[in-house]
Formats: sequence, C-alpha cells, structure tokens
Amino acid sequence: MRPLTEAETRAVFEKLGKYIGENIQLLVDRPDGTYCFRLHRDRVYYLSEKLLKLAASVPRESLVAAGSCFGKFTKSQKFRLSVTALDFLAPYAKVGHGPERPRAGPAAPLSAAPLSQYKVWVKPGSEQSFLYGNHVLKSGLGRVTESTAQYQGVVVYSMADVPLGFGVAAKSTQECRKVDPLAIVVFHQADVGEYVRNEDTLT
Amino acid sequence: MGRKLDPTRKEKRGPGRKARKQRGAEVELARFLPPGKCGLDRPAAAPGRLRPSDRRVSSRRAGERQEEALQSRQKEAAGQTARGRSGFSDGNSKWLAPAKAKKTQPKGNHVELSSDGEVEEGSWEMEEEEDGSSEEMVDDYGASSSEEEELLPIEKAALKQKPDREGLSEDDSEEEEEAEEASKQKMGQKEEGPDLQLNLDIDEQFKLPTSEEIEKEDILFICDIHKPCPPDLHVIHQRIQGNMEVLQDFGVKREEGRSRQEYLALLRRDMAAYYSYSDFLLTKLMDIFPLPELINFLEANEVPRPVTIRTNTLKTRRRDLAQALINRGVNLDPLGKWSKTGLVIYDSTVPIGATPEYLAGHYMLQGASSLLPVMALAPQENERILDMCCAPGGKTSYIAQLMKNTGMILANDSSAERLRSVVGNLHRLGVTNAVVSNCDGRQFPKVLGGFDRVLLDAPCSGTGVISKDPAVKTNKDEKDIQRCAHLQKELILSAIDSVNAASETGGYIVYCTCSIMVEENECVVDYALKKRNVRLVATGLDFGKEGFTRFKDRRFHPSLKSTRRFYPHTHNMDGFFIAKFKKFSNAIPQAQKEPAVEAAAPSAVPDPIISEPPPKKKKLEESKADKEQKLPQPALKKKRSLQAQRRPLKA
Repeated sequence: MRPLTEAETRAVFEKLGKYIGENIQLLVDRPDGTYCFRLHRDRVYYLSEKLLKLAASVPRESLVAAGSCFGKFTKSQKFRLSVTALDFLAPYAKVGHGPERPRAGPAAPLSAAPLSQYKVWVKPGSEQSFLYGNHVLKSGLGRVTESTAQYQGVVVYSMADVPLGFGVAAKSTQECRKVDPLAIVVFHQADVGEYVRNEDTLT
Repeated sequence: MGRKLDPTRKEKRGPGRKARKQRGAEVELARFLPPGKCGLDRPAAAPGRLRPSDRRVSSRRAGERQEEALQSRQKEAAGQTARGRSGFSDGNSKWLAPAKAKKTQPKGNHVELSSDGEVEEGSWEMEEEEDGSSEEMVDDYGASSSEEEELLPIEKAALKQKPDREGLSEDDSEEEEEAEEASKQKMGQKEEGPDLQLNLDIDEQFKLPTSEEIEKEDILFICDIHKPCPPDLHVIHQRIQGNMEVLQDFGVKREEGRSRQEYLALLRRDMAAYYSYSDFLLTKLMDIFPLPELINFLEANEVPRPVTIRTNTLKTRRRDLAQALINRGVNLDPLGKWSKTGLVIYDSTVPIGATPEYLAGHYMLQGASSLLPVMALAPQENERILDMCCAPGGKTSYIAQLMKNTGMILANDSSAERLRSVVGNLHRLGVTNAVVSNCDGRQFPKVLGGFDRVLLDAPCSGTGVISKDPAVKTNKDEKDIQRCAHLQKELILSAIDSVNAASETGGYIVYCTCSIMVEENECVVDYALKKRNVRLVATGLDFGKEGFTRFKDRRFHPSLKSTRRFYPHTHNMDGFFIAKFKKFSNAIPQAQKEPAVEAAAPSAVPDPIISEPPPKKKKLEESKADKEQKLPQPALKKKRSLQAQRRPLKA
C-alpha cells in the first residue's frame, strides 16, 4: 500500500477528468473527511484517511482490498477505470427523492453540481444488451446530455436513473440525431454486469 | 438407496427405453417368481400424504374401470379370506406375513429393480397403495372409505387389462399381482370387523423383526453388487411410523421381552435408510431432538428454504425495491416483523441474481438466518468492527449498512478464493468503509486488536443447512465434528482477545454457526466462558429456541439460556446458533488445571466446591430420572461411579 507517484496520479486524474471534468477536488476534500488514493498490487484504491490507518496495520501479503477500488494499472502503466468506481462518478442521489435520513455510502459531495457532466440514458429494451457488454446503438438511446463532444467520457444510466456503467461517446449529440438506428453511439467501457460476469477479476 | 435430494433424478418418470426392450424378460420372470413388493426410487411424498398427481390419477382410473373392478373383486373376495383374516394392518402385512411370503419379497425386489423403468412404475403403484394405507392411518387407523378400497382392486384390474397406458411399462403385471394381494388383504380385513377394534390390534402387533430378520435384509443389501437392491422404502416408512407410535407410548404398546433399545436401534436404521443419513449423524440428531420433532426436522431438510433477499439501505429503500421487483414480475413479501430489510421471494419470472437492481447493488441474496447475528451484534456508527470469517460478505455488508458506511470494518477470511466474492459484493453494494484481509482468524489479535465488536461466523459442520447441501448427511463423522469444534474454540478465544473491553460503546462478541450440533455450539460457548472474562448477554432476538443448559451428561453454565437456536422445521430458516458475549475485562485469566467439564469452579476456591457436588448431584439425578427410559442400565451405573470418583478429589 503506497501513495501514487506523480506520473500515476496524473494518469488517474486524467482518466477521471474525462468523466467528471474538473470536479476531482470534490472527491478528495469531502465533508466527512479527507480521502486519498493508494496503490496496492497495481490497483488504485480510494479510501478515507481513517481507513488508511487500519489498512496500513494489516500485513501486506494479507491485504486484499481497502475502501473502494477505482481501477488498475495495466502492465504498460495505463490506467483502466473499472466499474467499481461507478458509485463515485455517478451520484445516485436522485433529484426529488428527498430522503429523511442522509444517504450514506458513496454519496455525492454536498455541492449542487453532479460529478458526472455527461450522461446517457438507455431505453429499457437495450439495458440488458449493455449489461452484457455490448455497445449502445442509436435505437437504444433514450436521452443524452446536450453538447456532448465526440469521444467524451459518459456515464450510462437506465431510464429509472440507475447507473449502469461507463462509456465513451462515439458521436457527438448533434450527430446522434442524424445517424441511422443501428449505428453505435456509445462505446462500452464498463458496466455493472461485470459483477456477475467477471467476478473473479475484480480482485 | 433411500431418498435423495437429487434434482437431476427427479425428472425421470415412466419407463425408459430399455424397459420396453426388456419386456419379454420381465413377463417371463413374472411367471416363475411369485409377486413381491418392489423397491421405490421415486422420493416419497410427506408421510401419509399422496402427491396431488397420484390422487388425481387414481381417482380418474377408478372412475373408468368400475365394472371390471367389481368382477375381479368378487373373484378376489372369494379366494382370499384365509389370508385376510390374520388381522395384520395394510403395510405391515408385507413383512409380517408368514415366512414364505417374506421370502418372496426380496426376490420380488431383485426382479423389479433389474430395469430402471420398472422401478418407477412399482413406486407409482406403491404410492397408490400407500394412499389406501396412509389414508387409513390418517383417518382412523384402519378405517378407510370404501371408495379407497375399490380404487385399488379396480386399478389393479385395469392395469392387467391395459398394458399400453400413458407411462406404464408392461412390467406392471408383477406389481399388479402383488398390489392385488395387498389389497386383498385389506379387503379381507375390511370384511372382518369394526375399525376401531382393528386399530388396537394393529398397534399391538407392531412386531419388531428379530435380529435375524434384520440381518437378512442387510445381507440382501450388500450381497448383490451387480444388482444392488435398495430397501423397500414404503415398508420402511410404515415401519418408522409404527415404531414411533410404540415408542411414544412404550409402556402400553411394547412387545414383551424386547427392550426400548431394540426399538430405537431399528428406528435409527430405518430412518437412516429412508432419509439417507449416516448412522453417526442420526444418533446425534436423536440425542438433540425428541422423536416427533426429529421426523419434522428430517422432513424439513428435504425441502429447500425460501429464497430471501436483504435490501441495501445504502442505496435504496425496501419499499422502492419491492416496487421495482414487482414491476419485473417477482412475487415477494416482507420477511417478517423482526426484519426491516428482508424480503422473501416466492417466485419470479426473472432470475433474482441478475436483475439490474441486483447489479446496481440494491439488494443482496441472503438467507434469513444470516440476518440474525448482525442484528444481535447491533453495530453502532463510528465503531471498529472485525468480521473474522466474512465470506461471501453478506453479513459484512449488512454491518456496513447498519453503520451507514461510517467507522471501519475489517473483513477477514482465511480463504483467498472466497475473498473474491467478498470484494465483489462489497463494491457492488457500495460499501466504502471496509478493509478486506486474508489472514487466518487465529492470528488475531496479533495482526490487529482493540476492536469494538467482533462477529465470528465460525466454520462448522453445516448440519443446519442440510437442505442446501445434502452431502452433509453422510460425509460428517465424529472426527469432523471434533475438528470443527477445536477450530471454533481457538477462533472464539482469538475473537474475544481482539475486543477492547474498555470500549465505550462496544465490547461485544457475537458467535454464530450454521450448525445444530451441541459440540459446536454450547460446548464452545461454555469453553469460552471458562477461559476468558466474558459473560453471555441477551441476543436481542425475541424468537428462536433457547440454547441447551444441559445435554446428555454435560452441564453448561446457566446463562446459556440466553443463546438462541433456530431450526428449519420450526422457523423455516436454516439451522443456526447465536450467542452474544460481553467482555468485562481485558485481562486474560490464568489457565486452570481442572480438566473435567462438569467441575466449573477452579481448584483455588475450596468452599464453593464442597457445596457444589451435592446440588450438582441432585441435578444429575433429576435428569437421570428424566432419561431413565432412554439410557441403558450400564451407562447409568457408570455415571454414578464417576460421580463417586470425583468427589474425593475435590475434598
């Protein structure tokens, strides 16, 4: 368990920036404590400093995971975001839900702006297809945020505002309108179906 | 052999291809060999109860073949009164019949079971017969409506007439004949006299087969390796029920010269054969449960428990989740008053483990009994919690959700394989305050200590979850249980040592297993009470059976009443045991030299010791009186002599 080096930090933040823009600071300075990133066995973990103390006392061979895994570094030192980071990039606090008790868990920071800037909503019919790892076609596209640039990182939601995964926009919003129904509009990057499909590789 | 919970085999119905091909052979053999009872391969329905399909079929056929039945019945009635007059009950007549009839039975077995298809038919036939007999038992021990009576001969006659029916093979002729005989006997009985009178006769004449006869059955099991002959399940079932009745009212219904032990031994053998348990396990179960409850327990283990899920309150509410699942076509209900997050699934059109809600982490598939230890633990926010054996992570995530992702949880498990599912589940459910480690539980507190609460869901023999894993019925023996118990004792001491007794909000340890064995539950708890400065406190669960404070020749601390046992047959959840300790001092008491379990006081304190043996002896004698019937004489004497030996030591 060690802190990230400069290069690694840059790589991680760059990747994150694709999805949440400049709000990375919100991830680090949260009202309930300072959070940090740590590297353990090529995986990047996001945890609070309190948890860090506990995790540091566990012997290195025995430590399996700490806090939440955001992604891993490949052999060629590229950072790959995994679906386990979804909960932080796509705040699930739905608008208008008004809970009486505070939503615990990977809650959105208290700022009004949602972390993920660009969102794509998928129709119920093609939810399953995306969860199997396929790309999103125009026919399955429900809504998309305005002014999405091409190759912009997006978070994919279902129509019920349940986050399903990440993707990369294959076409900008304008083009999406013009293109034919079978064209790919969002490239699949990670989806929650992986919890069942790739359970073994999450660790 | 016996009944197995093997879903792949259940689908087999009707004769296979080969049955048809061997038609000629069966018919030939039938001519030479007198009919005998066939073996059963199809798992029986609950005792005394027909499958709905059987009931329907039998009634249908009864309606169709009334005429033929009447004719054949007259023939039968004419020829068989001699046999019928012997006054035996329906099912018992098979093996209570005179010697020559008995010999035919095993041979009948041989023939029947040479082809698989035929066995099915035979079992089917037997179900119908059982219908008649079990109906009798259920209603009035001998009374049965004349309708039922007519069914059987009708059907038998019908079978004779029409070999080419829906699923039956041509090998029915044999079964028909034997079934006919049985029904003839029944009818003969019917013509005999009033029903209640017969009732008493039947009970008194539950004859224990002599040891030779039992041997004979045994030999026939083993002799033919090429053609294994499973026991006749219907007969065994009847015998179990008859035996149970005798044992309930032993003084009145017993046979002269036969000890209770013999009855019990036969009952044990029969139940082991019928429910496919090893003798060892069945002996243990007989010690724990009284006889009628034992049957319920064994039956409950044949059926799976309902599927339950736990709402993840970190991400959703139970109400919303229920609504979303209902929209997907799931039939569900809240689990009960005692749980605010549980839901029980009755049936569903979509796989519950793969809905988008599951993948989004809105709920977790978890057994109802697994919610209980966490409820007993009652973790508070901002505490440090240790979960020593956390895989697959259901309890850990529940703890996190109760703590609302505050504080810290150390989720440990000794198996790296199973830790993968822990990590997966924790991430999926959105748990952020957990650290997952892969240490041996016994290394705590050296690795890390000073926790506020510890949950120990110890690895066990799994005798409470037999419905999930039927292999436990046969592959556990004395050594396994002892090994488990030893490991559990080590783990519980480590768990206790990892807790900080001086914690403001905590200082609690919850020990739980999914086993019902006393060696793994009460014994381990008692051991912990002796070895460490802990005491038992109420679990906070208001339902469930209290743990044992005494068991056979062992005496436990009276506070064990606060532990809880859950059974599949009483609570419809997996068998479970939960104990909650409070640690009141961080000091570890010095090891005591006292070896005997029953002597609780250390040798340092003389006064309590002298006063202890008399009350203890009284307790023992009381309990001896209770168990008089069950214990054989030599064991009682041994106990008394042991007591005598022990007293001089303490003085």
